[in-house]
Amino acid sequence: MAKVTMAQALNTALRDALREDERVLVFGEDVGRLGGVFRITDGLTRDFGEQRCFDTPLAEAGIVGLAVGMAMGGFRPVVEMQFDAFAYPAFEQIASHVAKLRNRTRGRLTLPMVIRIPYAGGIGGVEHHCDSSEAYYAHTPGLKVVTPATPEDAYWLLRDAVADPDPVVFLEPKKLYWSKEDTDLGLRAAQPFGRAAIRREGRDATVVAYGPSVPVALAAAEAAAVEGIELEVVDLRTLVPFDDETVTASVRRTGRCLVVQEAQGFAGVGAEIAARVQERCFHSLAAPVLRVAGFDIPYPPPKLEHAHLPGVERILDAVDRLQLDDEPDTRHLLKGAVA
Amino acid sequence: MSVKSLRQTVQGLLPSLVPVRFVAEDGTPVARRPADYAEPQVEALVEAWRQMVLGRRFDTQATALTKQGRLAVYPSSRGQEACQIGAVLALRPDDWLFPTYRDSVALVTRGIEPVEVLTLLRGDWHCGYDPAATRVAPQCTPLATQVLHATGMAESLRRTGGDGVAMALVGDGATSEGDFHEALNFAAVFRAPVVFFVQNNKYAISVPLARQTAAPALAYKGIGHGVRSEQVDGNDLVAVLAVLTSAVEHARAGHGPVLVEAHTYRMDAHTNADDATRYREDGEVEQWRAADPVDRLETYLRGRGVLTDEFVAAVREEAEARAAELRAGMNTESVADPLELFDHVYAEPTPQLREQRALLAAELAEDAASPVLHTQES
Repeated sequence: MAKVTMAQALNTALRDALREDERVLVFGEDVGRLGGVFRITDGLTRDFGEQRCFDTPLAEAGIVGLAVGMAMGGFRPVVEMQFDAFAYPAFEQIASHVAKLRNRTRGRLTLPMVIRIPYAGGIGGVEHHCDSSEAYYAHTPGLKVVTPATPEDAYWLLRDAVADPDPVVFLEPKKLYWSKEDTDLGLRAAQPFGRAAIRREGRDATVVAYGPSVPVALAAAEAAAVEGIELEVVDLRTLVPFDDETVTASVRRTGRCLVVQEAQGFAGVGAEIAARVQERCFHSLAAPVLRVAGFDIPYPPPKLEHAHLPGVERILDAVDRLQLDDEPDTRHLLKGAVA
Repeated sequence: MSVKSLRQTVQGLLPSLVPVRFVAEDGTPVARRPADYAEPQVEALVEAWRQMVLGRRFDTQATALTKQGRLAVYPSSRGQEACQIGAVLALRPDDWLFPTYRDSVALVTRGIEPVEVLTLLRGDWHCGYDPAATRVAPQCTPLATQVLHATGMAESLRRTGGDGVAMALVGDGATSEGDFHEALNFAAVFRAPVVFFVQNNKYAISVPLARQTAAPALAYKGIGHGVRSEQVDGNDLVAVLAVLTSAVEHARAGHGPVLVEAHTYRMDAHTNADDATRYREDGEVEQWRAADPVDRLETYLRGRGVLTDEFVAAVREEAEARAAELRAGMNTESVADPLELFDHVYAEPTPQLREQRALLAAELAEDAASPVLHTQES
């Protein structure tokens, strides 16, 4: 076991994928000699050659469109968008082609490709460098949307994404690039692709989180435990496919649910999760499903991002609103039996 | 780089000052034949004329089918047959073609069943034919987006060691899109074996060329990206085939991409749903009628004594027979299974899609069980 950062885990995943499958290619802006602005592709050009990992002209639609053609031609491209907000020029390619080619051709052409996007905030980035753009992709049928929260998961989710027969938008929480974990990357992941992980067990309420919000949720759970409240923390890992089973099973056990996301709350992924939980677990719920999210504002400047990002305090305040002292009134459940 | 070699480089990228032309509008050979291009073999020209007649008939039949409600919509390429046929005949079967919605005639020329070509326009959700087997990408609706795919495919072909080429078809309007320029730029940087073929038919729906560009010709959009460029009379099949054959050879030989602009004209409205009288004069259309590509090639080939009346009659008969076949094929109701809508979103449907599929299946079963209600609804 060794201390591994998420950045190292991602780099190792790319190396192993390049080594095991000669169809895998890595390209994008500055991914070559520089190794990417976050160094995720560090040394890949040196070790695998310019043919396997290379820089492109600075044009995101071009990068993704080229990847579409190369995937049609039998390669498995893994492309990097330098930052969340810089991926928007590629959105038409992603929404109209990457997501739809399988369907448009009745399954005759497929696009096994990965679009890696460093996303979300918490690193003091200036404007256009900190968007939480997951909802745009999760709302687009045909894409799989992945976001790891731990170095080990980063490794396996990326390996699985590269091996997947469908296109994957791989969202890397940049504030977690330097987070460390004792792990042996060679061991198979505990959870398969498409399944959520329970990061902490607890009986009082379920906190559903993903990507950059998972460590925040875990810290909140730690703080709540001091007060005698046991929070269960579910890390979604993949937003699409969405693991209803794990989430609903947890909420049915705890009877309360809180969803945490960094992104602005309105029409976000958290809203979808809250709706799904309410639709599936209504009779198990002792309190309304609450969302803890960023505010509905453009991402704030570095000096003010702390005011925007959901932190431990905002989560604990929401836990207070989960009516933990109130026993659910279950008389309506017994109506039929009484009559 | 010396001034002399720089001048050579620049001149090697620039198109001819006037469009390349072999045959004048009246069907006679031009006085000064283009020095840089070889005239295609006469057998190839006769076959091209045959394909143009078949393509024209397919196109008019498709337009007629919209009037009978058999097609949801059809974007005609009538008047652009020299481009449609020239593009396909310049390619080998193992090359890739990346067409737009207006390039149905090119697909038919490529050998795809006409009924399959019209699958999407008929109201189905998929492209109908097998792109992998035919090496024809699904007809693309979002403008210029497929030009990047052609570049990526060309780059794949280059890397896998063969000598395959990709050709992207676009219209004049699409040259204003960012993806068009990104594709030219990427292709030049990677020296990808791709040919960009712009059919400048003078209108993007209603917007005329003058509002699309201030460039002397669309072919000049190549030099800024370091892409070798050419312009050609798009209603002269001989010239189109000569120039595209040369462009494809250039790409195939590993010399990088080529941009070719063909000056042509869209004789019909944008689609059957459009009214072209709102934005262009009848007189303009009449002028272009005199430049008709099919008539021009027929006159030229007759002048060369290689078209017999018997052959002409046989080709026209073949065109009518194929049109009848198409009508028959389109008159049978196509069966689209609503439940298949869930099958190709992903390799395996997600649990949520499986649930939704079951929901729709239940709705459909309910509809089937109450046929009276069903009839009222429809």
